[in-house]
Amino acid sequence: MNLFRLVKRDTITSMHHTFIRVIAILIAFGLSSLLLVFTKSDPIQAFYNLLIEPFQYRSGPIEIIKLTTSLTVISLGIGFAFKMKFWNIGAEGQILLGAIGAMVVARSLPTMSAVGLLPLMLLGSFVFGALWGLLPAFFKAKFGTNETLFTLMMNYIALNIVKTLESGPWKDPKSFQNTITPLPDNARIPSLFSEIPWSLLNAGFGIAIVLTAFAYYYINHTKSGYELSVVGESESTARYAGMNVFAIVMRTMIISAGICGIAGFIQVAGNNSTLSSGVAGGLGFTAIITTWLSKLNMFMIPVVSFIFAIIAIGKDGLITIGIPSAAADAIQGIILFCVLGCEFFIRYKIVLIKKSDEFISKVRGAA
Amino acid sequence: MEFLTHDFIPYFILAVGYGIPILYGTLGGILAEKAGNINLGIEGMMLMGAAAGFLVSLSTENVIYGLLAAVLAGGFGALIYAFLTVSLKANQIVTGLALTIFGAGMTKFLLNLNKEVVRIPNSVQKSLKPILSDVLGIEGLEHSIFKIFDLSILVYLAFLIAIVLHFYLNHTRYGLNLRAVGENLAAADAAGINVNLYKYVHVVLGGALCGLGGAYLSMYYIPIKTEDVVHGNGWIAVALVIFVSWKPLRAIIGSLLFGALSLLGKSLQTGVSLSPYLLDMLPFIVTILVLIITSVQMSKENAQPRSCGLNFDREER
Repeated sequence: MNLFRLVKRDTITSMHHTFIRVIAILIAFGLSSLLLVFTKSDPIQAFYNLLIEPFQYRSGPIEIIKLTTSLTVISLGIGFAFKMKFWNIGAEGQILLGAIGAMVVARSLPTMSAVGLLPLMLLGSFVFGALWGLLPAFFKAKFGTNETLFTLMMNYIALNIVKTLESGPWKDPKSFQNTITPLPDNARIPSLFSEIPWSLLNAGFGIAIVLTAFAYYYINHTKSGYELSVVGESESTARYAGMNVFAIVMRTMIISAGICGIAGFIQVAGNNSTLSSGVAGGLGFTAIITTWLSKLNMFMIPVVSFIFAIIAIGKDGLITIGIPSAAADAIQGIILFCVLGCEFFIRYKIVLIKKSDEFISKVRGAA
Repeated sequence: MEFLTHDFIPYFILAVGYGIPILYGTLGGILAEKAGNINLGIEGMMLMGAAAGFLVSLSTENVIYGLLAAVLAGGFGALIYAFLTVSLKANQIVTGLALTIFGAGMTKFLLNLNKEVVRIPNSVQKSLKPILSDVLGIEGLEHSIFKIFDLSILVYLAFLIAIVLHFYLNHTRYGLNLRAVGENLAAADAAGINVNLYKYVHVVLGGALCGLGGAYLSMYYIPIKTEDVVHGNGWIAVALVIFVSWKPLRAIIGSLLFGALSLLGKSLQTGVSLSPYLLDMLPFIVTILVLIITSVQMSKENAQPRSCGLNFDREER
């Protein structure tokens, strides 16, 4: 005996839509608070440290914007693939390869001026990242090889390549540890505003803005963008319409993985000073969440990335009140669960079946 | 003979032990995929099982409670996944990824709550240790083939579960119903099978197995507090599900192969002048090769259950 039935919604107002999302986020915070209370921590203090405190110390806002930049770029890259329903979870590896690409260029042209060198490093990172993503794309498009696992395995391989470079060929001779020689000044992304305290903010921020606009335009206003959405919706429809699915998959993955590669360039030449095995540091996985939460809307990606950057910077502040910083990771997972679940209430409406009411009125009518 | 007793047998035995967590994960993955659900949360559920097993056996000093906690934790993770994908029809791929992210976060969070602890009590680990040599004190097994009878109880449990699953899937009515659900949701529904119930039960059981795999790692194999004790084994299990073409008995051999392979990287490191990190890539490269080979020569009978990734919706038949 069902007490309710599901009805598919034909339309939903954007107000209602937003309302459901907000409820989902509130539920996520409620569940996270429960988790914190359960482990004898103060949830209000925890959320304060997580969300407000990062803005209060001097370098906080800059750190947040730097992280937002990287997360945005990576999420945009992943967004291209996800739009095509190509589950690229290899961003982590593509970032690392992009970083290697930028390093290769910088190391082989040590005396070049920054004006010439930086664009070449950008190009290098794009090419290396794209090639790393192209391999799974080829096998997916040709033989239907499972791309989720393929791209994931490529992450581990990329990480070990970087560790190999760290421990041998590129090791800094001056260092006792396995670290790579820092990049010279001409290979570092310059600050956008050198005269104000925000000087640490680098031009990577500009790259993120340009890429966001590009991604929006490409997906919504070009033929290629339309084609990749069709392949995502239904591969057989795309084939029936005469589209070259192989070429579309390859082309889209070049862009997707290439953009993730650019994030590697921003990481090594902007946010860090050299390549290390921690350059991707889980960003590729966090970006999967931000991409999905943005509903693959390219303009939402920077907004969601900003919120997640606050959490990521704020999580170190949890330690001061005795909560392990990994609580933030668990909270991110909870938010994603709640938003994934709330999609259901956007697509369906629950209608209660009032059998008892009908019955009672019938009986009364007869009497 | 010298090679056999001195090198091969100990190596083989080590490989068996190394492959066991992968075997648990693979069996869990097979159960979920037979119900038509791709669960990419295996790594996360193994981590949750590992953390729960570690922490509970730590506070209770009881191995049974520890294992039970691991099973429940893995099952709980799978329940979240099942609720989202079966009841709320969320995307299976993203939900699985979310489960792994959540599981990894929870594990790190819970393990770091107590700073002083570094390892679980010896009494707990001892009850999981080889029965013949460590508990009964029989000596001289090191280089003999009889060492195979002298492994952790969790090793034999894994083999037993694989065999039971084989019979369950192929020779029982429930198993056949399950396969019907995995192959064709609408047909199974029309035949009167409770599709959602089958999905829930088997996804959750699969999660429980993954939890056991995690417990094997955290309570026996590496009984020291480690944040990432699973270290990619769950992901290899996801790939192995495909490699063994959804067959539990083949999973035993598959996990043994991968155990041997991962060890090969580690044992070669002493003799060869290559960077150790290059050899660490080996299992991942082989996984990719396996993915490619299976996809190139995919035959009908060894294919993924056809409804994998699809959520059941009566309206949309």
